[in-house]
Amino acid sequence: MSRPVLETKGLTIRFGGHVAVDSVSAAFHAGTLTAIVGPNGAGKTTYFNLISGQLSATAGSVLIDGVEVTNFGAARRARSGIGRAFQLTNLFPNLTVHENVRLAVQARAGGGANIFSRWDSRRDWIKQADRFIEAANLTDKHATAAMALPHGDKRKLEVAIMMALEPHVFMFDEPTAGMSVDDVPVILDLIKKLKAGGDKTILLVEHKMEVVKSLADRILVLHNGRLVADGDPAKVIGSTVVQAAYLGIPAGRRRPGEAPHG
Amino acid sequence: MIKTLLSGDLPRSRLLSGLLVLILATLAAAPLLFPGAQAINTAAKICVFVVLVASYDLLLGYTGIVSFAHTMFYGLGGYGVGLALYSWGPTWASALAGLTIALFAGLALAFLIGLFSLRVRAIFFAMVTLAVASAFAILAAQLSSFTGGEDGRSFRIPELLRADALIELPFVGPITGRTITYYVVFLSALASFLGALRIVNSPFGRVLQAIRENDFRAEALGYRTIFYRTSANCLAAGMAVFAGALNSLWFRYTGPDTTLSFAIMLDILLMVVIGGMGTMYGAVIGATLFIVAQNYLQKLMGAAAKSTEALPLLPHLLHPDRWLLWLGVLFVLSVYFFPTGIVGKLRQG
Ligand SMILES: Nc1ncnc2c1ncn2[C@@H]1O[C@H](COP(=O)(O)OP(=O)(O)O)[C@@H](O)[C@H]1O
Ligand SMILES: [Mg+2]
Repeated sequence: MSRPVLETKGLTIRFGGHVAVDSVSAAFHAGTLTAIVGPNGAGKTTYFNLISGQLSATAGSVLIDGVEVTNFGAARRARSGIGRAFQLTNLFPNLTVHENVRLAVQARAGGGANIFSRWDSRRDWIKQADRFIEAANLTDKHATAAMALPHGDKRKLEVAIMMALEPHVFMFDEPTAGMSVDDVPVILDLIKKLKAGGDKTILLVEHKMEVVKSLADRILVLHNGRLVADGDPAKVIGSTVVQAAYLGIPAGRRRPGEAPHG
Repeated sequence: MIKTLLSGDLPRSRLLSGLLVLILATLAAAPLLFPGAQAINTAAKICVFVVLVASYDLLLGYTGIVSFAHTMFYGLGGYGVGLALYSWGPTWASALAGLTIALFAGLALAFLIGLFSLRVRAIFFAMVTLAVASAFAILAAQLSSFTGGEDGRSFRIPELLRADALIELPFVGPITGRTITYYVVFLSALASFLGALRIVNSPFGRVLQAIRENDFRAEALGYRTIFYRTSANCLAAGMAVFAGALNSLWFRYTGPDTTLSFAIMLDILLMVVIGGMGTMYGAVIGATLFIVAQNYLQKLMGAAAKSTEALPLLPHLLHPDRWLLWLGVLFVLSVYFFPTGIVGKLRQG
């Protein structure tokens, strides 16, 4: 098999006495969408933070394209191709939708240090930003300040910013959480299109089991920081260890295909 | 053309545009309009402070960095040019050498302070700048054989700029060296302001705003925030040094009270806040209003106190010594009614 785009080896972080991510080893390959599931507090977001560099590991390592990046900060990992859409919306509140997205376009183009040219004279960046805004269905809001958007649009913008970064690894952390039924398909379409491209490495934390089933090539299950299952979606969802660990209650008492929220 | 000069960042309010044009025209024609020394001094001081306040807005309003060392850089420029002219004689070469040395010293200091303390929390940076600036002010006062101590230094400026120099210009007629100095200050200030406007409207400037808005996300996009913050700190410092140099050139004096004192640091803060943080044009409005008030409020109050002599209490309240009190009241009212500054208010329409 080809070299993984992203790999974690024994990745661990301890907060005081609490081990939030406990020796997680996994490799992620291009063209694969991996869903990461587990109850709230399982360590999914923390695992993401360790990969994209918002947190530094207590032990273990992170490799991007085979290069160890464990000691890199978040900015350097982003420049190495890690893109992140956050669970808790993380925008530039007083800047417009367009400016939010264009900052990502500009970050990828590497033109941030230019102090002489005019920001509004880069037609190419403007066009690219507009494309991502359109894909996220935000065109009519492009001049609205991010803070003034309704929740669903904020989530869309959160995703649009990551898309505009055009990373190698896309990390979606509950992208549709709290969204209205109308807005969810926009995000799912984006992810589907991304997947259809065939060459991207996609990590998706998602609670909705139908979504996971329809999109995932592989499922990782985290429980109390530990990786308790890893494999083919049908098998993982069916396994008893997952039923017990992830669902937390006897399988018979749940409506099928539903995961606990919170 | 105008759009290019303003880097695409137009005033976006009729009233604001009108005010800016009025200020620009008055400053441009000041030597013709005001024969008196006080008025022209006020005009020159406004020019200097527009540069100083704009550079502080780059830091506070655009990047979200609270620094108390801005007067230190202003003082570096003032002392650099002043002491060079004092020690090496009133030539252009010494003025230029003084400015160059001050610029390098200022950039080096800003770089070091930024690199060591901008990584950590904002409050820590503010405290470090306060400490360094205080140490610098004490140093300047103590090294009196070099700096003139508390008294500061008066010095002569290059011949062309002196009051007794008369230059015959075609079509215009004779103009004095004082007028030439004024235009050197005015045009330098105008160019610096337009330069600052370009910086904040460049790709770099947008990254500064992004960092102010959400440094965590900026970092997640791949922007090394420490690099951008330190750069902003250096750019602002360089501009402040330049403002200090202009100030020295105009007043032919440099001393701790006119450049290094904490009172001036507060004035800068007030001007930025009153004008409107993160707008650049706020620097023009804030500096102009504040300096005009500073220079004329006392006179106005003196007249008001005289005319109300017969009444109880009022003359005491209106006594010229209370001008700071009234300025304080004006400040509180303006922050209360215009939390986004005058420019922010005008843009809301
Ligand atoms: N910065 C932190 N400091 C202390 N504890 C943390 C921190 N971040 C996460 N945790 C803890 O780690 C555990 C995993 O949290 P998280 O990764 O957010 O879970 P999930 O995303 O799976 O719901 C939780 O118990 C949480 O309280
Ligand atoms: Mg989470």
